[in-house]
Amino acid sequence: MSFLSNVISGLSLGSIYAIIALGYTMVYGIAKMLNFAHGDVIMVGAYVCFFAVGTYNLPPIIGVLLAVALCTALGMLIERMAYKPLRQAPSLAVLITAIGVSYFLQNAALLWWGSDPKKFPAFIVVGEQNGISLFDGQLRITYVAIVTVVACVAIMAGLIAFTGRTKMGKAMRACSEDKGAAQLMGINVNATISMTFAIGSALAAIAGVLMCSAYDTLLPTTGSMPGIKAFTAAVFGGIGSIPGAFLGGLLLGVIQIFTQAYLSQELADAIVFAVLIVVLLVKPTGLLGKQIQEKV
Amino acid sequence: MKKFLALFMAAAMVLAMVACGNGGNNANSGTGGNNDQSSTGGNIDGDSTGGAVTLKIGGIGPLTGGVAIYGNATYWGAQVAVDEINAMQSDIRIEYKYEDDEGDNEKAINAYRSLQDWEVDVIYGCTTSAPCVAVAGETFADRYFQLTPSASSTDVTAGRDNVFQICFTDPNQGVTAAKYIAENKMAAKIAVIYNNADPYSTGIYEAFAAEAPNQGLEVVSVSTFSSDENVDFSVQVRDAQSSGAELVFLPIYYTPASNILKQAKDIGYAPKFFGADGMDGILTMAGFDLSLAEGLMLMTPFNAYATDERTVTFIDSYKKLSGGVEPNQFAADGYDCVYAIYEAAKKAGISDGMSHEDICAALISAFTDSGFSVDGLTGSGMVWNTNGEVSKEPVAVVIENGAYVNM
Repeated sequence: MSFLSNVISGLSLGSIYAIIALGYTMVYGIAKMLNFAHGDVIMVGAYVCFFAVGTYNLPPIIGVLLAVALCTALGMLIERMAYKPLRQAPSLAVLITAIGVSYFLQNAALLWWGSDPKKFPAFIVVGEQNGISLFDGQLRITYVAIVTVVACVAIMAGLIAFTGRTKMGKAMRACSEDKGAAQLMGINVNATISMTFAIGSALAAIAGVLMCSAYDTLLPTTGSMPGIKAFTAAVFGGIGSIPGAFLGGLLLGVIQIFTQAYLSQELADAIVFAVLIVVLLVKPTGLLGKQIQEKV
Repeated sequence: MKKFLALFMAAAMVLAMVACGNGGNNANSGTGGNNDQSSTGGNIDGDSTGGAVTLKIGGIGPLTGGVAIYGNATYWGAQVAVDEINAMQSDIRIEYKYEDDEGDNEKAINAYRSLQDWEVDVIYGCTTSAPCVAVAGETFADRYFQLTPSASSTDVTAGRDNVFQICFTDPNQGVTAAKYIAENKMAAKIAVIYNNADPYSTGIYEAFAAEAPNQGLEVVSVSTFSSDENVDFSVQVRDAQSSGAELVFLPIYYTPASNILKQAKDIGYAPKFFGADGMDGILTMAGFDLSLAEGLMLMTPFNAYATDERTVTFIDSYKKLSGGVEPNQFAADGYDCVYAIYEAAKKAGISDGMSHEDICAALISAFTDSGFSVDGLTGSGMVWNTNGEVSKEPVAVVIENGAYVNM
């Protein structure tokens, strides 16, 4: 039974990684940049929801929507102010700027909200219960875990449909293949990239709320470690690929929980990253990454 | 326009950094501003009081910087005791001066030098372990008696006959916890979850694990994590659950502990939880569901919810000094330090004109005398061994209805 429990923990943790990784992969796929501030947008989303629900006693759904709305705005603002002026700059400059934005957000959060940990309110409950018991209480599944996994699958399906079917989605794919050609075809590249950041940041807000519902400590640095893990998951699955981010996130979560449970708690992170290295040695583009032929 | 935006972002970042830096310092505004604060309890010296001896106690601790909250607590806590003793009109008057070390080794040495210029008799400090080790090296060579309120590392006292602690050492907490659990027959099967990257947590765990078999306790599950920012404890909690542990010992700080309590509840695991002094503070976390901590037991040197007269008076006087800040265990440790020095000085018969070397020798023999014990806020019947380590009854409390209740 503890094996099943571990699978569920792994899937729940992995789904959170996957939602964050989807945001990473969207932005990378279209803007060809690594948005290291993504993890900190998660933290901002969680704080917004914490204050809305915990302090102002708004209904949880309003708190989540508020977090999504504010993070979307924040993501677009960051893109407009920090990344857009650097569109023509070398990618290294953009990378450094992203790290700068990440530290800016962390320190601003430290200043506004303080360094003492906040406990996130538990609102994914039915009545008094926060989960269901199976097999005479031997197996407990929290509603947060169920909601997280369902949300993750829904988001991935939604993104695949969006990029495949809608006009904006097609524009995104066009930008991802060739920005110059896309512009010649009449696609507004700047608006498309801005839209990508909006979607990525909205996903970050959802990930933040789900993450803090499952693991309820909220700190200004809350987003940084999951951000790095999710970035790893995105690379693992093949960065730029939506199903790849999903698969990479889930696998990373399950591998992490399994190494902790069956191999070594001290070495869990080392083993997770060793698996990543091995996968990348065998398949340099990641599990579902596309091999891009350089034409000369 | 682009340039303007870039400038604006840069300026905003710089402002955020600067403001954060100030935030750290603001934590102790309201202490009275300057860093060299001294109080003499009036202008009385040895001659004018007709035979009362003046003892100069020089304190060292961080009044500014990242750990200022601890230094200010030891500063104010000792001040309460100094005021009480001087108001008693006894044979010993205390002059008290406190120097800021910002939690930094080098600044602690500078603070110590400036106290030497002030002709200090006894050193009270430091608050944090690393500066305390640095200063202890100096006081050992210069022969000053030194008593620390809160530097709990064994490195502070090791090999130095002149340095004493008022707080438990880390290993001592582990041993005491094992004894306490066994004597009160709380459980036979124990699980431990500790932070293996933190010397405090590891120190307590190792001593606990070594002592547990002697007390007839069986440690059935040991699991670790490596950062206080870790949030996922599902594996650790499940390990404890499947091992059948009746009690989970958590020698860790309160932030990870709060996650463990929640995740244990999530999987329907309800053992007894037992923490060390790092658990102190869990009740004041913003948004913490107090029902999770119901029944949580912890060993803390100081119960701020206690209703005995001495504690109540202390909290009252302390809040007047601190401008409303609640005292924590560091404050109580500081208070006890001054009383311990006072009692030892009375016993040793300190007289005016004694050099600091003589005072040091006299206080060492008083502290290690088998008949010497001190009753304080952090424990009654405190006695010291020749290593300078304290032995006292631990105060174990259980959390009931969101407050500490003595067990």
